[in-house]
Amino acid sequence: MRTALAVLRKDLRLELRTFETVPAMALFAVTTFVIFHFGLGQATISGQLAAGVLTVTVLFSGMLGINRLFVTEREQGGFDAFLLAPVDRTSLLLAKAAALFTFLVVLELIAVPAFGLLLLGPSLGPALPGLAVVLLLADLGIAVIGTLVSAIAVHTRARDLIGPVIGLPLMIPALIAMARGAAAPLAAHGAASVPLKWLEVLALYDVVFALLAYAVFDFLLED
Amino acid sequence: MAGTPAIELRGLARHFGERTALRDVSVVVPAGATLAVLGRNGAGKSTLLRILATLLRPHQGEVAVLGEPLPKRAFAVRARLGLLAHEPLLYRDLSGRENLRYHARLYRLPEERVEQVLEAVKMGGRGDDPVRLLSRGMVQRLAVCRAVLHDPEVLLLDEPRANLDPAATGLVEPLIGRESGRTRVLTSHDPQAALAEADLALGLRDGRPAWLGPAAAVTPEQVRELYA
Repeated sequence: MRTALAVLRKDLRLELRTFETVPAMALFAVTTFVIFHFGLGQATISGQLAAGVLTVTVLFSGMLGINRLFVTEREQGGFDAFLLAPVDRTSLLLAKAAALFTFLVVLELIAVPAFGLLLLGPSLGPALPGLAVVLLLADLGIAVIGTLVSAIAVHTRARDLIGPVIGLPLMIPALIAMARGAAAPLAAHGAASVPLKWLEVLALYDVVFALLAYAVFDFLLED
Repeated sequence: MAGTPAIELRGLARHFGERTALRDVSVVVPAGATLAVLGRNGAGKSTLLRILATLLRPHQGEVAVLGEPLPKRAFAVRARLGLLAHEPLLYRDLSGRENLRYHARLYRLPEERVEQVLEAVKMGGRGDDPVRLLSRGMVQRLAVCRAVLHDPEVLLLDEPRANLDPAATGLVEPLIGRESGRTRVLTSHDPQAALAEADLALGLRDGRPAWLGPAAAVTPEQVRELYA
């Protein structure tokens, strides 16, 4: 855990120093909402359509972060430095997933109000608690899968393509649950509570892929 | 474990796809000795160092470092190994001090150790500057700090004095030179300098040993042929 905290602290410090990832994700998300605003030809949206737009935007913005997650490690020798140290390699998975989770949460702190302003018909306030639970559970799954995919992609020449090509299909179950779960709080007739079924699907997805990532991550770091 | 060689290679081979990077490499390095590995670009010197550093797996043969077989017992030797590679393995947007503190946390070392090594190479005053703003020589001094931060018993040195002026070379000498008392494996494109500070020498040609023996016994003719 101490190692994971050291790596996480280093990653957050690097992001605060360079602002290379989160601002790009946030800008992408806001731009996408603007495109949807004009592209859909509707002044406001709600319910399932709103949930779908939010899900797709968060996911594609997240892909930017996923693609960049290990770039510094590869370009500046961070991988070798970490692998030389007498540490449990799984702590890198933990730290990188925590960093990506943090980036996604910060992204959503910017993107969700922008979504409310640009697209959402009903008031965002009542929807927030339910939406926050859905987003946090989805972020967890995206962070774990994203870290795994990023660790695979960074060793390949076509790493910008591998991330989306492998990552998106793996994330489909989480995205369906996220879109369905977010529809209720974003409903036109007023926020309803999130159906428990979709929260359970998200939680199950998180657990399954966290275990899978834990099992295979070590092998991904082997030469 | 008295008398156990620091490094023992028997029939080591390593491939990258179809290409053979190392083949039939056998060498024993006693504790405290220095092995100079010489050869042209692409001869397999860096691959050998990366295998010893546990970053690459051997494909054939046996490798033991400090009595621990690799890669099986890699975890047991990592804390006792230091690698000074071509790349400094430092984050450019962090300061030297931040980089070393990060490594100190990975190795569970007290932060005082960071100041100790920074002062040893006279980088304490520039320790808070981002690495990207430092000269190559300064970055190399920081890389030396990183490699010896945990006081390793075995040092793997890939062109250790690259970018260092004579004054800086003098500063890093107690940390990575013969006087450090560590077992060292070093590569260099300056064969005469490498042989002068080595006990043993291994000449590699296309991944195969061209010769192996006491460094003092290597003739200028052998060196010329190696680089021909």
